[in-house]
Amino acid sequence: MKLLVIAGPPSAGKTALTKQIVKNFQSQLRIAYLKIDVVKAYEDIELKKEFSILTRKVYSGDLCPDHASVMVLGDVIDWAEENKADLLIVESAGLCLRCSPYLNQGLGVVVLSSISGIHTPEKMGAMVSLADVAVVTKIDLVSQAEREVFIQKISEIHPSGIVMETNALQGTSLHRLYNLIVNSEDITPDQLMLKGSPPIGTCTICVGKKEIGWKNHFGVVKRLDGPIADYLYRGE
Amino acid sequence: MIQEITILPGRDRNGQAEKFDAITMRAGETISIVGPTGSGKTALITDIELLAQGDTSTGRYLLLNGQVPDEEMRYNPTKKPIAMITQNTKCFTDLSTVDFLTIHARARGISDPSIVRRTIDLANTFTGEMIHPEVKVTVLSGGQTRSLLIADAILIGAAPIILLDEIENAGIFKQEVVRLIQSTGKIVLFVTHDPVIALLTKHRIIMSNGSVQKVIAQNELELRAAQNLLELDQRVGDIREKLRAGHMITHVQLA
Ligand SMILES: Nc1ncnc2c1ncn2[C@@H]1O[C@H](COP(=O)(O)OP(=O)(O)OP(=O)(O)O)[C@@H](O)[C@H]1O
Ligand SMILES: Nc1nc2c(ncn2[C@@H]2O[C@H](COP(=O)(O)OP(=O)(O)O)[C@@H](O)[C@H]2O)c(=O)[nH]1
Ligand SMILES: [Mg+2]
Ligand SMILES: [Mg+2]
Repeated sequence: MKLLVIAGPPSAGKTALTKQIVKNFQSQLRIAYLKIDVVKAYEDIELKKEFSILTRKVYSGDLCPDHASVMVLGDVIDWAEENKADLLIVESAGLCLRCSPYLNQGLGVVVLSSISGIHTPEKMGAMVSLADVAVVTKIDLVSQAEREVFIQKISEIHPSGIVMETNALQGTSLHRLYNLIVNSEDITPDQLMLKGSPPIGTCTICVGKKEIGWKNHFGVVKRLDGPIADYLYRGE
Repeated sequence: MIQEITILPGRDRNGQAEKFDAITMRAGETISIVGPTGSGKTALITDIELLAQGDTSTGRYLLLNGQVPDEEMRYNPTKKPIAMITQNTKCFTDLSTVDFLTIHARARGISDPSIVRRTIDLANTFTGEMIHPEVKVTVLSGGQTRSLLIADAILIGAAPIILLDEIENAGIFKQEVVRLIQSTGKIVLFVTHDPVIALLTKHRIIMSNGSVQKVIAQNELELRAAQNLLELDQRVGDIREKLRAGHMITHVQLA
């Protein structure tokens, strides 16, 4: 089974891109799709209705969605393999930019909208720099010069990545991505690892304590203007 | 060097094959693309810009010098032989005009720093109100944005093929722009609803229902008739400039 992890901020065009990929491969590959989101997602229903593929969704609720994805991905791979899928597509929630959901196997794709602002790729950290491929969407809405400036920025942040551009509503110029998917190696599920490093430790904010201010929290915490050496773990 | 570019037929909006065999355009030629709104003019030049290989909604293929272009040509802006001015008159990039052009020059592999200054100067010959180098591209007016992007396509895009989508719509000095672009020896395609621009080109592609209906070459008769329209347009242009400057129009000027 091949694995494709799609990440990117909300409304970047992840689902629009997924639909083009499904449309292109549905006659050759059996496709399974997982959507991870926090409170609400409709993609699984939409994709099932439009293409009759296997779909699942997971709500992370109070848990960080990237954390949730690490936990459930094992189960989802089992589910996809039991259902004899050839390609598993995972669409991440794309919220917090601390982590990236890419794995050491399969293909990691970051989706960026060309109207999202020139500094966005820089702000997205590991979500951009650890991706195998960056797909720039909504090129129908901007000038060629602006597209090239945006792509230049991405290449400067992530020189070894492959950057491509598309109008995701029409699926233009995606043959190159399809070739990368077809040529990606099948995964070996018991050797899957996160590419990036997850945050360390737990803290009182992550478990839901709402009070504002230093005195109410412990865990791995840092003062707003404290030097790095002031990183500390408060508590047991 | 790009000597010629060839469009191979795709399908119209109903999935019917287009009726031409191949359209080949050579260096120094200017072509206009006309047809009703929604007839697929923008889609056609977008196919050219993307050097489509059956992977757009029209299913067309593009050849450069009779060959399938290599991947580098399609995906690497420093190798891309095509510059395009789209219908957009808005920039989203939160950068000053100087920074925007500097990064674009870098993307196109140009190291001469004077290119930025020259591009702004050229843009300012197309537009009424000057573009200041430090102003953010997000706050430029529609006409200023168009002027900047046209100058950028000519000097920084500096490509042997230039595609322009409805340049008339921004109140810029269009005859100047058209003649300047025509004098560069490039392959130039104008998508247009403006009879003046259509008549300034030697060839016309007629579009409808998402497909190419006809390709027409301008004959001597039309060329002579066109001269009258160009003069008329020049006069309309003069009147527009007077109105813009706050003058009253007299009978004599309209006669
Ligand atoms: N051959 C085709 N097959 C399928 N869809 C097409 C085809 N040609 C054009 N379209 C689609 O039709 C729509 C309208 O086309 P387009 O924007 O190119 O029109 P236009 O002639 O540029 O109109 P305007 O003069 O209003 O700018 C677009 O969504 C385009 O992608
Ligand atoms: N014009 C245009 N709209 C797009 C493109 N890609 C996505 N959209 C639109 O952008 C919105 C968000 O896209 P979606 O795929 O749901 O984003 P997601 O949140 O990343 O999954 C939708 O309304 C899409 O129709 C594109 O390439 N061009
Ligand atoms: Mg989505
Ligand atoms: Mg158009």
